[in-house]
Amino acid sequence: MISKIAWKNTWFKPLNTFLSIILLTASVSIISILILLQKQFEEKFSSSMDNIDLVLGAKGSPLQLILSSVYQIDAPPGNISYTEAEVWMNKPMVESAVPLAYGDNYLGYKIVGTTENYTKHFGLKIQQGNLFAKDFEVVVGSNIAANIGLKIGDTFFGTHGDVEEGEVHDHHAYKVVGILVPSGKVADQLILTNIASVWHMHDHEHEGHAEDAHNHSAEEPHVHAEGEEHHHEEVNPHEGKEITAVLLKLRNNMAKMTWPRIIPQNTEMQAASPALEVNRLFALFGVGISALTYLAYGIMFISGISIFVALYNTLKERRYEFALLRITGATKFQLLWLVLLESIFLCTIGFILGIVFGRIGLYFLSISSQEEFKMAFDPFEFLWKEEGMLFVATLAVGIVAAIIPAIKAYSLNISKTLANA
Amino acid sequence: MIKTQNVTFSYSATQKFHFPDVDCPNGQTLLVTGNSGTGKTTLLHLLGGLLQPTAGNITINNQDILQLNAAKLDAFRGQSIGMILQKSFFIEALSVLDNVVLASWIAKKSKAKEKALSILDNLGLKDHVHKLPSQLSIGQQQRVNIARALINNPSVILADEPTSSLDDENALIVARLLSDLAKEYQSSLIIVTHDQRLKSLFNHQITLS
Repeated sequence: MISKIAWKNTWFKPLNTFLSIILLTASVSIISILILLQKQFEEKFSSSMDNIDLVLGAKGSPLQLILSSVYQIDAPPGNISYTEAEVWMNKPMVESAVPLAYGDNYLGYKIVGTTENYTKHFGLKIQQGNLFAKDFEVVVGSNIAANIGLKIGDTFFGTHGDVEEGEVHDHHAYKVVGILVPSGKVADQLILTNIASVWHMHDHEHEGHAEDAHNHSAEEPHVHAEGEEHHHEEVNPHEGKEITAVLLKLRNNMAKMTWPRIIPQNTEMQAASPALEVNRLFALFGVGISALTYLAYGIMFISGISIFVALYNTLKERRYEFALLRITGATKFQLLWLVLLESIFLCTIGFILGIVFGRIGLYFLSISSQEEFKMAFDPFEFLWKEEGMLFVATLAVGIVAAIIPAIKAYSLNISKTLANA
Repeated sequence: MIKTQNVTFSYSATQKFHFPDVDCPNGQTLLVTGNSGTGKTTLLHLLGGLLQPTAGNITINNQDILQLNAAKLDAFRGQSIGMILQKSFFIEALSVLDNVVLASWIAKKSKAKEKALSILDNLGLKDHVHKLPSQLSIGQQQRVNIARALINNPSVILADEPTSSLDDENALIVARLLSDLAKEYQSSLIIVTHDQRLKSLFNHQITLS
């Protein structure tokens, strides 16, 4: 019954209630979006990083190499010689090595040439069809299949570069032979094929330039990468083929430590550690996320003040209500509880609305991030621990805001109140 | 029934009240009159356990209410005392019916909805039970107060100036209604008032000075 009074009182003065709830909703929704974003972002980054100790690639920015090779969200820094890379791939301390050749896309989805090691490495399963066996056969990620409706048997042409509006490689069509089971990893957004397909795709371009000085161009295919300078191969005519990067899992901790130093010293390549680079990236994000979190807690603090002011202001007109409750037999503690409960109701409503609006916000954020970065967020995930903590924090704000008005109600002098009525 | 002996009270060293003994058996009405400042409301608050006397005894239904601790006194007040105040106070956000039912829930932890409806019906408020108290006239509000005071079958009904804000006709109606209800519910009714219109109605009177 006390809760019924508290509930009715909450809605009896809707204007006061409204302001407090809006502020609470704003702060809770911002915080919940941030919690979800940070968690899902780190999860996506970390899950794709599993099992990769080092990435071998062209010299340049190590973060760029990691972003392009492991997450496929940046252009690669350049290409490396397959033969040179194989020297390191075949060392005994390497447990598994996944070569990658990329640089083309289909409707913005990256086409990655690799071996079946890729699927083993990331524990990917085929949902329908088979893994690529012959050249120009591809396996597509589950999101691609869902988003652009690629089916087994469909064919398409790749586009050069990493944006949709590139030069179309119309000599060969890729053919879909398999669709992957959703894994929550980068592979959901990838088109996988064998490395030879990527090479062949670009061989044809070289056939077009047959009169070029180097007549061995057919044996010297390479994968185009953003920023790569084309005269590179003329200056340094290197026998063998080129790939973009190699994902390495090592048996030996010593190698994890020393290779990043040894490889750049002795070769034209670098070895970057995903864990290190991603931590660097998170640290950068962290600053922004902390700033936003502080802002949201600031709003929550203001909503606490708003609840306090609303409750405190109505105390004067409500003291007869309290006196009335006391003369009908209510205890002092019941009055204290009534005031606290009103604040708790406000906070609970604000929290629920905040969580709902946070989800809606994340849903729209996810749509735009999917368009821009091919990265989707799940608005329906509930982080019981973090959001539970947020609920506790919201309630704490409500209780602290209500404690002084509640004590005033508790210690009300009924006789005096009634005598002065 | 309610009885007092040698009750004194002081707000400060200079202002001391020595109240005449009150003795009001069940079903009877006692009118307490006196000019402003003679301690009428103070006496009523003492009888209702809202104030503690400096000396004396107050016994309601053979229970010395001064022996009760704060929590027991609150419970006892809810169950055995019905108070009707000069002004009508309500939980504004609750309906007329819920305001009456609330008193039964606070005192007995059970919602006497049927009983509340029948009392309100008796008092001619049948059509107003689902309205908010602020939508009623002052006379109607006073009757809701009476219904709330009666819902727990109190041994004692304490009424503080119940008629002062009413016109002549309504004042007499309310006063008669109260004393009839006290007989019907076998409660002791104590009316504290300076309203001269009531003096002719009741035989048992105490005048404070």
